[in-house]
Amino acid sequence: MTLNPDQLIKFSPLHRLQWEEAQQKDVILYPEGMVELNQSSAEILKLCDGSRNLAQIVADLEQKFATTGLTNDITAFLEVALKNGWIQQN
Amino acid sequence: MAGSNKINITPPRWLLAELTYACPLQCPYCANPVDYANYQTELDTEDWKRVLTQARKMGAVQLGFSGGEPLTRKDLPELVKHARDLGYYSNLITSGYGLTEAKIVELKEAGLDHIQVSIQASTQELNDHIAGTTSFQHKKEVAHLVKKHGYPMVLCVVIHRENIHQMADILAMAEELGADYLELANTQYYGWAHTNRDLLLPTQEQFEQAEQIAQAFKEKVEGKMKIYYVVPDFYEDRPKACMNGWGTTFLTIAPDGAALPCHSARDLPGMNCPNVKDYSIEQIWNESQAFNFFRGYDWMKEPCSSCDEKEKDFGGCRCQAYLLSGDMYAADPVCSKSPNHHVIQEAIDSAKASALAENEKPLVFRNSKNSKKLS
Repeated sequence: MTLNPDQLIKFSPLHRLQWEEAQQKDVILYPEGMVELNQSSAEILKLCDGSRNLAQIVADLEQKFATTGLTNDITAFLEVALKNGWIQQN
Repeated sequence: MAGSNKINITPPRWLLAELTYACPLQCPYCANPVDYANYQTELDTEDWKRVLTQARKMGAVQLGFSGGEPLTRKDLPELVKHARDLGYYSNLITSGYGLTEAKIVELKEAGLDHIQVSIQASTQELNDHIAGTTSFQHKKEVAHLVKKHGYPMVLCVVIHRENIHQMADILAMAEELGADYLELANTQYYGWAHTNRDLLLPTQEQFEQAEQIAQAFKEKVEGKMKIYYVVPDFYEDRPKACMNGWGTTFLTIAPDGAALPCHSARDLPGMNCPNVKDYSIEQIWNESQAFNFFRGYDWMKEPCSSCDEKEKDFGGCRCQAYLLSGDMYAADPVCSKSPNHHVIQEAIDSAKASALAENEKPLVFRNSKNSKKLS
């Protein structure tokens, strides 16, 4: 399973992304499990709402954080997210 | 108290709400206490809501509604709604018995996140025998309905000597039912499973064969189905890191309101488990004798206290140490470094002898009559 750069990316309906006040972190929740996210991972996943593809997510984040060259890091993270079932395409 | 006051106490993350001991099934490996029939009282709706609110405030986020059969509680949808409003991720751990499509929809609307359905075997005959109830077809229907209504579907199969030969069929069944997760839970020998151990514990060859089949399947379904494999610790050299360490992560509330660091904690001698009717969750978690008892490492004996793996497995399971060696401070006898390790081989030999005996004694099913007899 590899990321298709052209297809829209959405967060999996079988998982939940939520801010945890007690941990001061965003987490992914799924049956009997939890993944704690660092800030950049959370920022990427929040943009996976089914309205953007890879390039659009990169562009939005580069604009938001006034930087460039995020493509490789974001792609690598989204590959991991896809493999873990956190995100979906099509 | 055995624990030290200087220990850094982490907040609970996992709350297991055992809503009731009532259950229409009679599984002979049930994790409920053997004397469950002695606990007749159940917390009411307001008690449970208070418990959920207090634990969430401390940082609990995963919530299991369990039992017994949690569906026997009429207030389940109300509790699910309360949990959702608080931001819990709610797991319903059910036999599926009595679960209708209308109820599945009602619970979804109330905010339930996931339903875990247990199936006892891959055939109707064996499933219904183990469950002590005709339930196989209905469980399969429930699994379909859980998927249909957009829940992640977790199938849970407890593995033991009666069904371990069905491993390949069990995996095929999980695939056919479209399970998103499959929990293959090798029986842990507490409660009723301890009583029935001679009849339930498979041989090492059976374990290894089943594990091989499960491992090959895991690779085949990667990306489609996740497999949770609960390790058969009797065939390991090192004990499990039970509860991720005592009083670090897990909080179980029994039907009568007793707060337990693990679901067998009540069986340990001198463990005065506090009740949520008397104390807040914060008091229980931070201050009670029970939750501090095995925190940290000061309580340990040799070979644990000087062991370089103690921070990895915390000396294993306290309840298993007590059940098998009579000493709750001892190393879990599963550990090959334990001076009591021979009891594991004795248990394996005893189970094998039982399997080969001409007249094997019958399973003791989990029901009120047997519970009263055994308590």
